[in-house]
Amino acid sequence: MVAMQKPLSIVVVEQDRDRALLIVDSLRDSGAHDIFVVSEETALARRIKERNPDIVLVDMASPSRDMLEELTMASGATERPVAMFVDQSDDGLTKAAIEAGVSAYVVDGLRPERIKPIMDAAITRFHMFQRMRTELEATKKALEERKVIDRAKGILMKARKIDEDEAYALMRKTAMAQGRKMADVAEAIVTAAGLLS
Amino acid sequence: MSLAQLKAGFIPLVDSAPFIVAKELGYAEEEGLDLQLAKAPSWSTLRDWVAMGQIDAAHMLSPVPVAAALGLGGIAARLNALSVLSVNGNVIGVSTALAARMRDAGYRFDFADPKAAGPALMAAVDGRLRIGVPFPFSMHAELLYYWLGAIGVQTPQGLDVRTIPPPLMAEAMARGEIDAFCVGEPWGSIAVETGVGALLLPGNAIWARAPEKVLAVRESWAEEQPGLARSLVRAMWQAGRWLGQPDNLATASEILSRTEYLDISAEVLERALSGRMVISPEGDLRICEGFIAFHAGAAGFPWRSQAAWIAERLAARMGLDRSAAREAAQVFRADIYRQALAPLHVDLPGASEKLEGAITVPTEVASASGTLILAPDPFFDGQIFDPSA
Repeated sequence: MVAMQKPLSIVVVEQDRDRALLIVDSLRDSGAHDIFVVSEETALARRIKERNPDIVLVDMASPSRDMLEELTMASGATERPVAMFVDQSDDGLTKAAIEAGVSAYVVDGLRPERIKPIMDAAITRFHMFQRMRTELEATKKALEERKVIDRAKGILMKARKIDEDEAYALMRKTAMAQGRKMADVAEAIVTAAGLLS
Repeated sequence: MSLAQLKAGFIPLVDSAPFIVAKELGYAEEEGLDLQLAKAPSWSTLRDWVAMGQIDAAHMLSPVPVAAALGLGGIAARLNALSVLSVNGNVIGVSTALAARMRDAGYRFDFADPKAAGPALMAAVDGRLRIGVPFPFSMHAELLYYWLGAIGVQTPQGLDVRTIPPPLMAEAMARGEIDAFCVGEPWGSIAVETGVGALLLPGNAIWARAPEKVLAVRESWAEEQPGLARSLVRAMWQAGRWLGQPDNLATASEILSRTEYLDISAEVLERALSGRMVISPEGDLRICEGFIAFHAGAAGFPWRSQAAWIAERLAARMGLDRSAAREAAQVFRADIYRQALAPLHVDLPGASEKLEGAITVPTEVASASGTLILAPDPFFDGQIFDPSA
């Protein structure tokens, strides 16, 4: 029979509430843990120290991650040795975590079999975040480009007294002839029109 | 000729210029490298990228490879500094409230004398000084501790030191979280531009020749890819030489200001590159010789004695053994630097260590052709560091 283990104490550093909830859900699925979310950037290191967790999870893209490095300095003989970068004996796990964009600070000596399910859950979740982020950026860019193209179209229609399709065709032709993107040509038209009006 | 792909990371700072110039002006390509640059969100992330092989090389704080060799910080991979990318380039700044108190007490912001600035600063502070530095292992932290320690402040215990990434420094000051900072440009000037702070000292007033950023790679990568490592050192050296020519500063500022790099106005970036610093929101100007150096006086040479200074300071603060410090100093790879630059017939110093702080005037030193002049490197309090003592 396996002895009952003390639940792990995990701190998740995440400002976005929805993301934090999703991470907490994923971690719950991997076992019974005490999970605590820190969303405040101010005095991050102090807040975590007060909590004294076994594992800290933080987005690698977050600039506040550097504040956690203070924890690695606190590993003197008397203080609790928080903070290694995941389990150093498992390079594969560390690499997977970095690729997914999650960094973990783990108490020295915590057994790998206790860390792995948590990291696996976090890695899966962060991969999902990364995809969402990429999609969101692509959508935003597409919308911006569409807006500029529409404005340029309007300018051309007025200036050249042509209809919408002709304006669009003219921009397309110019873009192809100059080896530029439609959006760049449109941007140039809008800028020039702004200067000339 | 097909180019070898090489991934490198940087933090948006003026001293990331060698990487950006090497790419944009074709020095990397001349060395057969297709240099791909990624902007990192934080120093720890950049360090972990290079340590775990996401990237091959990084623009890195000079103490980070030394700290890693001492077993400090989150990761155990051994990093090497193949060259020094820049010397100096930091500023110490204070909040406008603190600056006003210092002025009221009669302090004149000369942006030059640490012996006057230190006591003036400490006298104006209520309680412990809350000061922001970008990273626990940084020349910023070392310079602060050296400076304030020398004027009698208990460091670090007597200070409330906060880790804040460079781009967030001015915001932290605006929110009232810190009274002062030590940060790399342009982020000190941004605090001035946004009206939240005034500049007190340039880093080089504390140590005239502090190695600031290094070209960091994994030690295992340097061993497995000696050809690429040398090509990269040469590309950085060429970029540094270009950056060292005053005529190129305007162009350099323009390139750095692009969105994909610093995304900051070229005018603000040019201040650090030219040493013409605007130190207060009122527009006071101070000229600072040697504010940042990329080339002159063998700036790129990774002196073992520089690494030894860093290692001894870190070891003493963390309660580590001195022999560990001596070993950690080996991560500054003067040997690789020499091999890399041999084909260029660059005049390099004959020795790999020097007495840090002992050169008070430009001094000719023993070198291959006998014409190498080293720049002055004194500490503000006249101390001399002997790496073999």
